[in-house]
Amino acid sequence: MDQHDANRYSRQIRLPSVGEHGQQSLLDARCLIIGMGGLGSPAAMYLAAAGVGQLVISDFDRVEDSNLQRQIAHRSVDIGEPKAISAKRTLEALNPRCRITAIDWQLDDEELADQVAKADVVLDCSDNFATRFALNRQAFQSGTPLVSGAAIRTEGQIATFLPQDGGPCYQCIYPGDLEGEESCALEGVLAPVVGVMGSMQALQALLVLLGRTAGLAGRLLLFDALAMEWQSVRVPRDEACPVCAGRKAVHDGD
Amino acid sequence: MSISVRYFARLREQLGRSGDELDAEGIRTPADAWARANGGDTLPANTLVAVNQDYASLDSTVRDGDEIAFFPPVTGG
Repeated sequence: MDQHDANRYSRQIRLPSVGEHGQQSLLDARCLIIGMGGLGSPAAMYLAAAGVGQLVISDFDRVEDSNLQRQIAHRSVDIGEPKAISAKRTLEALNPRCRITAIDWQLDDEELADQVAKADVVLDCSDNFATRFALNRQAFQSGTPLVSGAAIRTEGQIATFLPQDGGPCYQCIYPGDLEGEESCALEGVLAPVVGVMGSMQALQALLVLLGRTAGLAGRLLLFDALAMEWQSVRVPRDEACPVCAGRKAVHDGD
Repeated sequence: MSISVRYFARLREQLGRSGDELDAEGIRTPADAWARANGGDTLPANTLVAVNQDYASLDSTVRDGDEIAFFPPVTGG
């Protein structure tokens, strides 16, 4: 870490839970973010600002007028641009030292597996169950921590899954045959709700990179914006889960 | 004694109340509690359930004094 970085990240380095060693971990880290919409925008911006060294951002949609109410990495001049390209510009302006790789096409299974395996942590900022299940399978196959966030209307959910700890996975919460997708286009969404959840995803990803995962393991957090309430639910591993059953914690030994 | 039922987010809005206190007699599962509290209204598909803040299924066992929470699924982003 040079003087420039020591100064830029001084307010984080000052924290006992980060320090120079922790900041260096962030500078050395590579995060994969799937989705550059309402969740991915603030998540990527906070991770870039906090000094994560490399961000791989993936989205094959283009920026639309109706996205701008909440997808804060994109601007009016970006309408019609691929979201990955538009977000890359925002992130590079925010932190020129952060290496941004923009993926503006739909990853096939092999590409997704490759990107998940290369990442230190993956953020699921997608908007549909199919992507969430695919990402969960890949994360557990490669042992990569997965921060899963979701938001719609005036509510949100977030959980971090830690394959190496033998904890639950996304499919232990939501069975794999779910149907009846909801969309912000149909249901609506209050702008800062995705900001709250996306920022919380960035925070949980930083905790993973800093090795402070004790408060994340086996917990699903639920946010009700209208009631201004958070709920925490303990989630056990589903012993019959087709994705993670039979896995052993890496530190179990033997 | 009784069983407390709580509704979260969209469920709370749809039902117009945040919870119910039910007589525990005859309630063995979260599904029983929902049926008692909401009569003929079927539970929305994919609703998540927690008992005493532990993730649970609709047919898990509940006891006198337990708190059951119902949460809508969320996938948007």
